[in-house]
Amino acid sequence: MGYQFDWSVVWNPSLWLDAIIVTLVYGIATTVSGLVLGLGLGLLLISRFWTARQLVSLFIGVFRCTPALIQIVWFYYAFPMALNVNLPPWLAAGSGLTLYMAAFSAEIFRGGIESIERGQWNACRSLCMSHRQTMYYVILPQTIRRMTPAIVNQSIIQFKNTALLSIVSVHDIMFTANALTSATYRPLEVLTFASLVYIAIIWPLASISHQFERSYDQRKR
Amino acid sequence: MAFIEVTELTKVYGSAVALDGISLSVEEGKTAAIIGSSGCGKSTFLRCLNLLEQPTSGALRIGDDALRFADAKLVAGAERSLSFRKKMAMVFQSFDLFPHLTVLRNISLAPIVVNAVRRDEAEERALQLLDRMGLRNKAEAFPGQLSGGQAQRVAIARALAMNPRVLLFDEATSALDPELVGEVLDVMKSLAEEGRTMVVVTHELAFAHDVADILFFFDKGKIAESGRPQDLLENPRTERLSAFLQRYRHSFGGAKRAACA
Repeated sequence: MGYQFDWSVVWNPSLWLDAIIVTLVYGIATTVSGLVLGLGLGLLLISRFWTARQLVSLFIGVFRCTPALIQIVWFYYAFPMALNVNLPPWLAAGSGLTLYMAAFSAEIFRGGIESIERGQWNACRSLCMSHRQTMYYVILPQTIRRMTPAIVNQSIIQFKNTALLSIVSVHDIMFTANALTSATYRPLEVLTFASLVYIAIIWPLASISHQFERSYDQRKR
Repeated sequence: MAFIEVTELTKVYGSAVALDGISLSVEEGKTAAIIGSSGCGKSTFLRCLNLLEQPTSGALRIGDDALRFADAKLVAGAERSLSFRKKMAMVFQSFDLFPHLTVLRNISLAPIVVNAVRRDEAEERALQLLDRMGLRNKAEAFPGQLSGGQAQRVAIARALAMNPRVLLFDEATSALDPELVGEVLDVMKSLAEEGRTMVVVTHELAFAHDVADILFFFDKGKIAESGRPQDLLENPRTERLSAFLQRYRHSFGGAKRAACA
């Protein structure tokens, strides 16, 4: 007695469309803000200030070594209670994932910056460029090319991690899939379809970045 | 008064003494060459002069900008250190061009961001310098597309674009294939002939012999011998220098001499 697939249960375009928008917004927003924050933390990690380096290392340690799921729950429930602040739910839900992204990308930025040859710094210093000018015009542009594969990888993980937000009632793809499953008792169809939606969103992102790398390399090497 | 004056310059790494009380001076418009075996401190000297490394102690003066160091700290002249550094530009053994920028941008970047030169002016000047280097057609190329000799000539143009009073060369031809050494030495020679003040750390004894006005032989962090290049190279007074010259001629003197001629 084989399983009878019934794909009609996933047919609900407006429901999925809303969910896709929510996933996209959270995916893009937490990735971008995580990257920006991560760049700042990465720069602090290689700065001259001992205290800053230690604090950032501690932050990275905590956020890299705990599951994203716990961070989301913690930010959603515990953080507002502990600090007695009233975060809007959408912000509380996004904070955990943002900091998670920031912790990983800080390490990617640090590694990327440190991988640039010492000679580039010497050349800039000899030309009397300031530290900031050196970073902005010479080091970071080279770093970004080198880091693209690692950043893309981390961004893909981040997009998939938005599924965890369903646990705090963010109406994303995963949440919608769960709701639909409960309503129809058709988890195989619903989850398979949800996977296809994730693939349709994430795959293009990865191939765009590949094209960026290739065109950059053709231009310069 | 000499244009460049170095007094009792010392650089210590941990317990290793890289420079042990170097004192020397170079007149304006003259070319000084520094030779010595690897590890003798000649590159460290140049890097200290350009403040890429912080000297442990001693005094440096270029023109009227004077700095003094003690206990690995700058103790006098801090307000002059930028103007001191702006007086010179360095050409490195490994070129160290910016690989993500075009040749034109490599040369015009620092004048634009450091000296606030207008972009079109900086690029016009960069093109003039490229002309002089015989590389005008490479303005839009990226460093990865250049030969070693071309890259080093671009690096020289990049240094010249800052209008330095002193040019520093740190083994500028050591990383080049033998057949490319000549084109870089030719440029250096023409710069010396037009009266630029240059300090050249080099393995090219023929270049030192023909082009330098004064030669310093470094040994174990000290100046073991100095004077007219012809005198030093033809009649070394110290045991160390004659041993150095002997070893040098033995290994690769002939080929390099031919490349320079």
